[in-house]
Amino acid sequence: MTAINDNPLLAVTDLGKRFGGFVALEGIELAVRDGERLGLIGPNGSGKSTLVNCMCGTLRHEMGSVRFDGHLLNGLSAHERTRLGMARSFQLPRPFNTLSLAENLRVPLLYAGRHDGARAINEHCVELLHMVGLADKASRLPRDLTQIEMRKLELARAMAATPRLLIADEAMAGLSHGEVDDILALLIRLNEQGVTVILIEHIMRAVMHFSQRLVVLVAGRKIADGDPSEVVRDPDVVRAYLGE
Amino acid sequence: MSSVKFVILLLIASAAVFGAAWLIGNAYVFFAGYVVLQYIALATAWNILGGYTGYVNFGTAAFFALGAYSTVVLHKLTSLPLPLMMPIGGIVSGVVGLGTGYLTLRLRGAFFSIATLALAVVVQTLITNWDFVGGSRGAYIVRPMKTPLLGIDYIQYLFIVMLGLVVIVLATARAIERSRLGYGFATIRDDEVAAEASGVPTLRLKLLATTLSGAFMGMAGAPLPYYVTYLDPASGFSLAYAVNGVAMPLVGGTSSWLGPVIGAVLLGTLQQVATVTISSALNLLIVGLMLVGFVIVAPNGILGLFGVRGGAR
Amino acid sequence: MEMSLELLGNAIVSGLLLGGFYAAVTIGVSISFGMLDIVNIAHPAFIILGSYIAYMANASFGMDPILASVIALPAFYLLGMGVYQVYYLAFERRGDEALRGLAFFFGLLFITEVTLVLVFGVDYRLVEAPYIGPSLHFGAIELPLRLLVPCLVALVLVGGLQLFMARTFIGRAILAVAQDQLALRLMAANPTRIKRIAFGLSIATASLAGAVLIVIQPVEPSIGRDYIGRVFAICVLGGMGSFAGTLVAAMALGIVENLTATFYGPSWAPAVAFGFLLVTLAVRPAGIFGR
Repeated sequence: MTAINDNPLLAVTDLGKRFGGFVALEGIELAVRDGERLGLIGPNGSGKSTLVNCMCGTLRHEMGSVRFDGHLLNGLSAHERTRLGMARSFQLPRPFNTLSLAENLRVPLLYAGRHDGARAINEHCVELLHMVGLADKASRLPRDLTQIEMRKLELARAMAATPRLLIADEAMAGLSHGEVDDILALLIRLNEQGVTVILIEHIMRAVMHFSQRLVVLVAGRKIADGDPSEVVRDPDVVRAYLGE
Repeated sequence: MSSVKFVILLLIASAAVFGAAWLIGNAYVFFAGYVVLQYIALATAWNILGGYTGYVNFGTAAFFALGAYSTVVLHKLTSLPLPLMMPIGGIVSGVVGLGTGYLTLRLRGAFFSIATLALAVVVQTLITNWDFVGGSRGAYIVRPMKTPLLGIDYIQYLFIVMLGLVVIVLATARAIERSRLGYGFATIRDDEVAAEASGVPTLRLKLLATTLSGAFMGMAGAPLPYYVTYLDPASGFSLAYAVNGVAMPLVGGTSSWLGPVIGAVLLGTLQQVATVTISSALNLLIVGLMLVGFVIVAPNGILGLFGVRGGAR
Repeated sequence: MEMSLELLGNAIVSGLLLGGFYAAVTIGVSISFGMLDIVNIAHPAFIILGSYIAYMANASFGMDPILASVIALPAFYLLGMGVYQVYYLAFERRGDEALRGLAFFFGLLFITEVTLVLVFGVDYRLVEAPYIGPSLHFGAIELPLRLLVPCLVALVLVGGLQLFMARTFIGRAILAVAQDQLALRLMAANPTRIKRIAFGLSIATASLAGAVLIVIQPVEPSIGRDYIGRVFAICVLGGMGSFAGTLVAAMALGIVENLTATFYGPSWAPAVAFGFLLVTLAVRPAGIFGR
């Protein structure tokens, strides 16, 4: 395991979450450096999405703390965390169904982005739509989109909040080989612009290509944290997730 | 069209409406027209919370009656003119709305709705037990014959006052639709969790909507004592307000400021006509049936049937 | 306001009995809201409907009201299934329960009340039965049969439902639906069919609750609205789907309400229930026994 860095952008300390008698997360320690590309993998039900929900404020966790950019997040609501610079995309896309695509992106720009005036916001909207290849559907409603396009919208909406840290929760599930590459290139480009990215995925080639560091979650506990090529050879990880 | 232009348009329309009523010359037109205008205000107020944010208020009667009874109290204690009494009625109802919201809006929308239902019963109980405003026996308010400044019939004065309120409420609703606030409201309705994740302060916005909606309902109720001259809890908290507050926006269409107007004019006029020909209970039954019918068959109301997507989605 | 031990004792005992009755009134909502997540605010309307049916049977044929309600049970069950089918097709399937589904139930509540006013007028109606009037006496404590019989009926109802839920296949399927619809679907059971049966049961209980209501007090169309706050307060405080919790919460409310009525006057009763509701929602939305 790597040592925890001084002044990480995101620091999760001893985080625990129960649902009634069921322990979803226990003793989670995580530190993410500014500008890092972190991969998070684990079997279904291991608690990855729960962890994301706890970090982002959608769920309240009973134990532990989360610090972002020096701020203690405990007790802060989800929208406050987004405004501080933490954005996430949802595993199952949750678009605003009565708003057009462009309007879907306007909302985070209006509420979480930096306000530069109406024209700048419109330009930013168009730019984001171009980035994900949805510019020609700007005035359509989410129900007109394919599953894949919805995922792209989901990602674009998270990016519209101009985050310092973006958590992409299984954004590539069900995409074709080429589409996976598209999203990957997108995320890498974002990272080059300075956005720290946590990638939660099952598609191993994407994870390996993307991650500078790899964390493995199994049954609510972290069982590995380090260099991707070493982690995938770790016998515990192989047994629990990757298979023999 | 900017908000300023819209207000000017509304003012012109209001002048035209008043002029038309004057020309007809029948006092009944003003009596009936007042009721329809009152319903436009109520339905639009309801829609600011219900249609825009998706939180359903079943206690319209409580907020409306609180405004009316504020006027009764002020009338007994002071000699304030009506235009000053209305904002006070609005503040009372607004505060109650804020309180109800504060206690329930952190939870599911269903709990807010249930709380408003229970609230209506409780407020009615409180007023019925309050002797100062007449309790269950009711209060008599003397309606002046002429207005102090303009010297016209008091009923016409009430008509104008209500027109003024309608202009304010419609202008506010439309302004919200086109603003950052309107987008915030719409996302709360569409997906509250995603809204929070996108940076929308959902609780704060919901409280704002509840307070604003409640306040406008209170203002719509404030002139009522002068209109009816005898106010008792049974009429102040009448079932008619409860069901119309919900039915008119849903029948007209909740996606835009125009929907409640259509619903109020349609259902309001229908009821005014029907009251003369059939019993009031049958009247209300028809409204109830229309509510259920529209909600099942035409969820986007009359606006939806014409394919209108409003300014607020 | 005289505090005498005897008065206090009787108030508590009556409150307990009343609480039993409140449990019968609420149990339907424990199923529809607590287990199925359907916000049926029209439930009190079905109860009042049950009251009027019991009244008609009693006034026209001299039939015992509770017997009449048992005979009416199948009709209410079918009615419940029909209502759920409409609700499912129009709202649940479209994901529109939060606004329009609620408005639908409100419409039903409203239509029922107004129709009853049209048919029966606003006068209070009551029933006659041998157990309305006499009381049992245990020392200084008086047990009015008017309250005792409904309480016993309520306990039988709740107990019976509890057994049904725990022992029968359908009952356990309903509990399963309450917990995890997806898993149920994967087990090749149709959640919609089970929810329909459960909702039918929920409305069926309203028949019995209605009869029991008109035994306890005279009824007129608008009193349904008084019960909305009570019913949901008890349901939430009792932990949503828990029958035992519902019983305990109902008795708690019954006692507090009765004490308030005895010492401060009966017109404050709705305020007590509302206060309960607000406190519950503010402090512990999961209720006492809750999930």
